[in-house]
Amino acid sequence: MQNEQDQILNEVTTGEYKFGFYTDIEQDSIAKGLNEDVVRMISAKKKEPEFMLEFRLKAYRHWLTMKMPEWAHLKIPEIDYQDHIYYSAPVQRAKLNSLDEVDPELLETFNKLGIPLEEQKHLSGVAVDAVMDSISVKTTFREALAELGIIFCSFSEAVKEHPDLVKQYMGSVVPYTDNYFAALNSAVFSDGSFCFIPKGVRCPMELSTYFRINAANTGQFERTLIVAEDKSYVSYLEGCTAPMRDENQLHAAIVEIVAMESAEVKYATVQNWYPGNKEGKGGIYNFVTKRGICKGDNSKISWTQVETGSAITWKYPSCILKGHNTTGEFYSVAVTNNHQQADTGTKMIHIGKNSRSIIVSKGISAGVSNNSYRGQVKVLRGADNARNFSQCDSLLLGDKCGAHTFPYIESANHSAIIEHEATTSKIGEDQIFYCNQRGISTEDAIGLIINGYTKEVLNKLPMEFAVEAQKLLLISLEGSVG
Amino acid sequence: MLVIKDLRVSIEGEEILKGINLEVNAGEVHAIMGPNGSGKSTLAAILAGRDIYEINSGTVLYKGEDLLDKSPEERAKDGLFLGFQYPIEIPGVSMVNFMKTAINEMRKHRGEEPLSASEFLKKMREKKDLVEISSSLTNRSVNEGFSGGEKKKNEIFQMAMLEPQLAILDETDSGLDIDALRIVARGVNNLKSPHNATIVITHYQRLLEYIVPDFVHVLFNGRIVKSGGKELALLLEEKGYEWVRSEEVNL
Amino acid sequence: MSTITENISLKEQFLDLYRSSSKEIAVNSAPLMNTHRDKAIIKLEKLGFPSRGGEEYRYADIESVFKQDMEKSFGNQKININIREIFHCDVPDIDTNLFLLVNGMFYNNGQMLKELPGGIIAGSLSQAAKDYPGLVEKHYDRYAGSSKDGLVALNTAFAQDGIFIYAPRGVKMEKPVQIVNIMISEAGLMAQHRNLFVAEEDAELNIVVCDHSLSAHRFLTNSVNEVFAGERAQINLTRIQNEHNGSSQITHSFNHQETGSNLATNIISLHGGFIRNNVYVKLNGEHAENHSMGLYLSDKGQYIDNFVFIDHASPNCFSNQLYKGVMDDYASGAFTGRILVRRDAQKTNAYQSNNNILLTDDARMHSRPQLEIYADDVKCSHGSTMGQIDENALFYLRSRGIDHREARLLLMFAYTHEVIQNIKVKALRERIDDLVNKRLRGELSRCNNCAMQCG
Repeated sequence: MQNEQDQILNEVTTGEYKFGFYTDIEQDSIAKGLNEDVVRMISAKKKEPEFMLEFRLKAYRHWLTMKMPEWAHLKIPEIDYQDHIYYSAPVQRAKLNSLDEVDPELLETFNKLGIPLEEQKHLSGVAVDAVMDSISVKTTFREALAELGIIFCSFSEAVKEHPDLVKQYMGSVVPYTDNYFAALNSAVFSDGSFCFIPKGVRCPMELSTYFRINAANTGQFERTLIVAEDKSYVSYLEGCTAPMRDENQLHAAIVEIVAMESAEVKYATVQNWYPGNKEGKGGIYNFVTKRGICKGDNSKISWTQVETGSAITWKYPSCILKGHNTTGEFYSVAVTNNHQQADTGTKMIHIGKNSRSIIVSKGISAGVSNNSYRGQVKVLRGADNARNFSQCDSLLLGDKCGAHTFPYIESANHSAIIEHEATTSKIGEDQIFYCNQRGISTEDAIGLIINGYTKEVLNKLPMEFAVEAQKLLLISLEGSVG
Repeated sequence: MLVIKDLRVSIEGEEILKGINLEVNAGEVHAIMGPNGSGKSTLAAILAGRDIYEINSGTVLYKGEDLLDKSPEERAKDGLFLGFQYPIEIPGVSMVNFMKTAINEMRKHRGEEPLSASEFLKKMREKKDLVEISSSLTNRSVNEGFSGGEKKKNEIFQMAMLEPQLAILDETDSGLDIDALRIVARGVNNLKSPHNATIVITHYQRLLEYIVPDFVHVLFNGRIVKSGGKELALLLEEKGYEWVRSEEVNL
Repeated sequence: MSTITENISLKEQFLDLYRSSSKEIAVNSAPLMNTHRDKAIIKLEKLGFPSRGGEEYRYADIESVFKQDMEKSFGNQKININIREIFHCDVPDIDTNLFLLVNGMFYNNGQMLKELPGGIIAGSLSQAAKDYPGLVEKHYDRYAGSSKDGLVALNTAFAQDGIFIYAPRGVKMEKPVQIVNIMISEAGLMAQHRNLFVAEEDAELNIVVCDHSLSAHRFLTNSVNEVFAGERAQINLTRIQNEHNGSSQITHSFNHQETGSNLATNIISLHGGFIRNNVYVKLNGEHAENHSMGLYLSDKGQYIDNFVFIDHASPNCFSNQLYKGVMDDYASGAFTGRILVRRDAQKTNAYQSNNNILLTDDARMHSRPQLEIYADDVKCSHGSTMGQIDENALFYLRSRGIDHREARLLLMFAYTHEVIQNIKVKALRERIDDLVNKRLRGELSRCNNCAMQCG
């Protein structure tokens, strides 16, 4: 019984990465290396206004004074920042006003990834901004959204078309001084998505960004900014993949969310960057800073993440609950397999009265991977009646992996209630036996149990994505199950 | 003993009690009946001094004094007892310590000396027998790990220990089997005297076969819509609360 | 930036002190202890003093504690007062074998080591290191020696004496040993003592440590306990911290457990300005069981910081941590508990719980319960809460006529009792219940008398 189970677990945990192909397309790149000139060149290539260059330079100079953070439970090999390409774009003809002008090679790439850029073929109700390497390839449904006053476009376009909004909000949630990777991103970020929902508008469709790393030796540094004005609502999705390569590639993104009074923003990520091969060679280093601020009273920000990819993940989507009666949520499933390492979690900073937060984290470790939850709940003095509940569970598949939990809980308000619970376990033999007895194979039983285990989080994803995420989850853990 | 006039109470902006009028005199047993959500438990909690409610208007006089101004413990020391619908579990606080503290607080209030350990234990034993509650329960922490029935018996045991003048029993019968119901009723009846009064809040008529009320009131949607003698309870049992609902339409 | 230079200067200061005093330190200690000093000082030089930049001492400002102006003395103490006269410990209902530590040195009237029934040896560590060098050498600095904490190296370099307790195979201690650790002087003073408790196979030790300060000066104690529980040995260790609020106390306890042993520690922190307790447990043999508990009651400007590290190095072990605290006024505190389950430590059961009640908005608490797990067939869980007294329970008590203050006290007492009830020696448990009750009522002053008798 035990042996059979181990064997199946072993099979389950040796799946293949399905998005590892590479698109051969002409690239416009800046040579390897990072210095002030590279920063200026990126800004020049993107024909940015002066304020952007200044912002980049300030960030770059600050970055030079900083050191890589070392507190995470990660073994990060030394990164040679001069050995990366900081700008690489597929060469495109002129402006992209209609789909015919998108390089067919690119269309094919996104088709292969399951992200058709033709609007008529697209899942109804999802608008996509497709980003390859350093630039946005195409944003669908822009016009339809514009009729409602919603701005949904690439970050580069936003810089040109809505400089005041960019100026007002960029760096207001994640300042470039925030951390090492945020400073790096602020200096060299290339593209990303921009989204603005005006007062009182409920965005009628899911907005989504699909990030693809394609070129070799290239780092991806995108930046997303979402602003939801009073009483507005938007649900946002992010997906990502990369080709299989032997060398490690760097991804350092920033996501900023601003929710004004009674606004609600849901942000979901299905992260499936190339995790490296079974021996731990290659894979993406995923160092991401995501933060939202519930600025206005009664606002709500909800993070949902399904993290299956990347060789190393360093990521803590956070909420600053500044307004009164605000709500922050974090739902996470993080899977690590083979040699993957993840140190991920959240921060909930309670400032406003009656602010509420909930954290549900489900970690699954397999192979020789290490999976850590790291989360901070901080209640400031004025946050009367703040409430937090955290549940962090870890599941170990096999006896060579690690599962860790590092919460930081701080309270400076006597009326606050904070509760944290965590458990670590493996799939119970009695559970499997129970399934077996009902005629379910051990293989299916493991799939079933993992589904059940992650359900609470997957349920938070929009339907189509929940199904995708569930498949992805099993694929990243399995060869035969699913 | 208790005079409630036009009592209006709300919680989080929603009005629960919409003008209650009720008078209870010494020696009487009143039953308050009503469907779920009619405001029965709110009324009980307000009388005991729970402070999560807003009192919008009305007065409550207890033994001629304004009750609403007083803290829960002042009310208790003045002889008001609430039997909780859901008695609270207090881990780590032993029943003995709990009761001893409560009794001596009351004695102090009345200007009496605290009970000696032996007097107290003697009293415990007597009352324990009365409600047939076992020592294994009184040796534990307050209500901790008690079954539903044990918790209710424990409420009556505490009532017996504290000898209140006005006892309000909030759905003390719910969740009790017939034997426990009889024990609870016996406890209540034993304590009955011309000097004290009891308000029995209940959903069913069943308890009233054992504790015979002098008056029955029907609470519906925050108001007492009908009052009468014990026969009203039987009528309710027969016709159900739907009957009151249709009656209320006529009001 | 300035903190780093300050830390360096602090380190330099102690390195200098060592250079100038090593002879005097050695003369007033034992050769065995002296052989460890040079290595320790090199280690201190490498590790430095802990700073708030590191994860271990994130909330504890060690630097400012050491920067206080304090004497360090290594010679013969001249204590003019008769300790036994001002310090009575005629405990009526708990009978103990009493040993005194005064300013980190064994305080005696002639007899440095005592033999207790069954062949238990108890008394001065430096004397034991001279009389039983083999016994002491087997354990001294074996468990603390691998620590990465500069403060432990500091203690090894400077500690001259402390208490040694040894229970031979199969011997069960009849009366608990009580160690009263006193700080008394005419000026601010720093002391660093070192205790070693050894229970051989199937032996049993019951030890109570009481920390006191007897004069109104600033004190700093940086002490290390090494505890060895042999196979199937049982050790119960209770510590009551009751120094005045001008005192700072850092304790490090290294608890080493062999197969089938059972070790329970309870740290009750009542008074004291700055307290940091480090508890390290190594479960080195199968079926070992550890209970690490703590209770901290703080008010005014007190800072109490508990750090627990349980190393499950063997399969089939059990550990349970329970730390509870109440913070009043502008007191602050921290709790860090880490459970490490090593790769081979299958069938581990490990639990951890930290509960805090904050009574004011000026009080602060930081809690970090941590799990680091490398084995899959384990049951590990932790929980942490911050909150206040249960309003429903409070109302229930008040509805029975118990007034607000009394009801709160009753609930707080019940809350604290969950920790105290784990103390195995009944008489001691009752004493501590009583002490805590008084502390909660504000009736326990920083006491000049032994905690054990002020009931």
